[in-house]
Amino acid sequence: MSISQTPTPVVNGQPRKLPSLPAPTLVKWLRDMHLIREFEVRCMQSYQEKKIGGFCHVYIGQEAVAVGCVAAMKHEDPIVTAYRDHGHALARGMTSRACMAEMYGKVGGCAKGKGGSMHMFDRPNNLYGGHGIVGAQTPLGAGLAFGTKYEDEVVNGGKNRRVTLAFLGDGAVNQGAFYEAMNLAGLFDLPVIFIVENNGYSMGTAIHRGTTMSHDLCIKGRAHGLKEATIDGMDVLAVYQDMHALAEWCRENSRPAIVDMKCYRYKGHSMSDPRKYRTREEEERHESNDPIGKYERALLDHGVVTDESIKEIMKACREEVRDAIQFSNESPEPPMSDLYTDVFVEPWGRFTGSSQPEFTGGASNVCTFRATDGKEGLV
Amino acid sequence: MSATMSSPVMSNPIFREPETLGGAVREIEFRDAIREAMSEEMRRDKRVFLLGEEVAQYDGAYKVSKGMLAEFGERRIIDTPISESGFAGMAIGAAMMGLRPICEFMSWSFSLVAADPILNNAPKMLYMSGGQWGCPIVFRGNDGAGGQLGSTHSWCVEGLFSNVPGVKIVIPSCPADAKGLMKTAIRDDDPVFFLESERMLGNKGHVPEGEYLIPFGHAAVRRKGTDCTLCSWGRPVNFCLEAAEILAKEGISCEVIDLRTIRPLDLPTVVASVRKTNCAVVVDQSWSFSSPGGELAALIHKHCFDDLDNFVHRVHSDDVPTPYSSKLEQEYLPNVRKICEAVRAATYRA
Repeated sequence: MSISQTPTPVVNGQPRKLPSLPAPTLVKWLRDMHLIREFEVRCMQSYQEKKIGGFCHVYIGQEAVAVGCVAAMKHEDPIVTAYRDHGHALARGMTSRACMAEMYGKVGGCAKGKGGSMHMFDRPNNLYGGHGIVGAQTPLGAGLAFGTKYEDEVVNGGKNRRVTLAFLGDGAVNQGAFYEAMNLAGLFDLPVIFIVENNGYSMGTAIHRGTTMSHDLCIKGRAHGLKEATIDGMDVLAVYQDMHALAEWCRENSRPAIVDMKCYRYKGHSMSDPRKYRTREEEERHESNDPIGKYERALLDHGVVTDESIKEIMKACREEVRDAIQFSNESPEPPMSDLYTDVFVEPWGRFTGSSQPEFTGGASNVCTFRATDGKEGLV
Repeated sequence: MSATMSSPVMSNPIFREPETLGGAVREIEFRDAIREAMSEEMRRDKRVFLLGEEVAQYDGAYKVSKGMLAEFGERRIIDTPISESGFAGMAIGAAMMGLRPICEFMSWSFSLVAADPILNNAPKMLYMSGGQWGCPIVFRGNDGAGGQLGSTHSWCVEGLFSNVPGVKIVIPSCPADAKGLMKTAIRDDDPVFFLESERMLGNKGHVPEGEYLIPFGHAAVRRKGTDCTLCSWGRPVNFCLEAAEILAKEGISCEVIDLRTIRPLDLPTVVASVRKTNCAVVVDQSWSFSSPGGELAALIHKHCFDDLDNFVHRVHSDDVPTPYSSKLEQEYLPNVRKICEAVRAATYRA
């Protein structure tokens, strides 16, 4: 399979070759990338307006990775990712409303306001969470692959048919859990692709300051026998084509892979990051290689879009995100009773889940909700 | 024997106390009881599988899974590398996918390197996902002091892990309970920490033929008494029963309550007993500071404030790292002598 080692320019003035997919599919990728960028810009505004709390990590600059990877997979293929997860959620099909409302901490959010920016879960779209602890999602990704393979082969007696994508940042490659996950994946023939979104910085630490052999992160997978690919993550066409080939290889062979996905994070690690560890010149150099602009040119060259239709797409994205913000503003705060739900699935026994000892009249020893004089509160 | 047989949960026909099954006496070891439970559930449900270090070809480091590889094959009895953080996390991912993993820690002491997946992922997944994904998984293994294993291998993790909402913690004291509670644990949709004791795996007890599941949150009254309520779980329940024998000869009648699960905790059974005896001693193998025993004592104080003739006395492991020396280790643990002393003090017979 062909793996792009470097950014893919227009070769000899010829337009980029497009994959043989229906035009609406190609246009949807552009729309998804625009949507993520618009969404993240408005996230930053909402954060500054204190509508969004806690930690918030935006995906601007890396849109081609999530969009290209999701496009290369089947809907039934599970995806798990880290805390910079808005882009993956939107690319996977979560509505802007559910995603934004989650960050607003409202009941309309994907997790009813219980997860927040770093914990986007979407069961209908097989997104098994953003996960907040660096690297912690990688054994989960191996487990999702174990689960699909076991279900297909042991429970149903057929052939493995799904591949899991486990995204991580380059900062996570130094976590022990990642190496354990790769070893298990290699050992148990798990169809999982560990996609290292290598944006060059783990928070404020440049990759060479924290990672050995940082010029090629695929080396990290070699010891575990993983299939390797280095992909230009600033080019959605390269991401789609290389990921599609890799995923189909993993599906067919039921084997794991690692991807060094070279990309760049335009903004800071989180909203509180002044980016003093890198130069403005460096940022501008990467911004001039913008994945959205590059893809627009490729589509324009082939007449798949026009300047007018691009404007229409951008306008539609702005409207969608504006609607999501309005929805999030209007979505109710979670009721106090939600504090006590979703702790346990199965309230067997009188003391699990929402139930309480009978003789206490519904109040237990600690921090229990009850209605007194018509008001809700903690006792 | 259970004080709570008439509760709504027990009216569910899948739940039965082992002594209600009748039949011939059949004595098997604690480890056999756990194996029977796992094997029966694996025969019932293909989604149940066992993974852990040495569980397959080695037949289990403590022979709990002996013979299971031969019956179920290597796809369902899975040897893992020594990689607790990795395989615990992998099992959690598989549980999210709808499987029902039984994840063995050779010792719960080794679970500390898997603290992130078992505490940050398993118990919080349901909540953080707004109810979209639970984590139906059983983590099981040896907990507490073995025999002279030294400080790093003698953890009572319930002292740490019972602090975390979202987990169910099961600590059986006898083979019959081990079987019935393990079957419940495997069928439970929430993460269950199942704490066994290396020192009890060879203990024999009557385990009836036939299927039974013991519900969580239902204590068993192991011995009736009138002067003092002894509350415990796991291995120290057996010490409490020994102590109760000795104390009976001194004229002190102890009621021994085996909580069986500490999350959920069967408070009504304890409270009913303490309201009768007006005296309580809590025996907990974990260290005293911030312990489940301390929590139970606080609950008894709250709910039995006007019933108590003395404050709730507590017997724990001493507040030091577990020593290697056999003599020191026996003194360190909540032993029969310490329990007797605590009961005498609590009943003003010291």
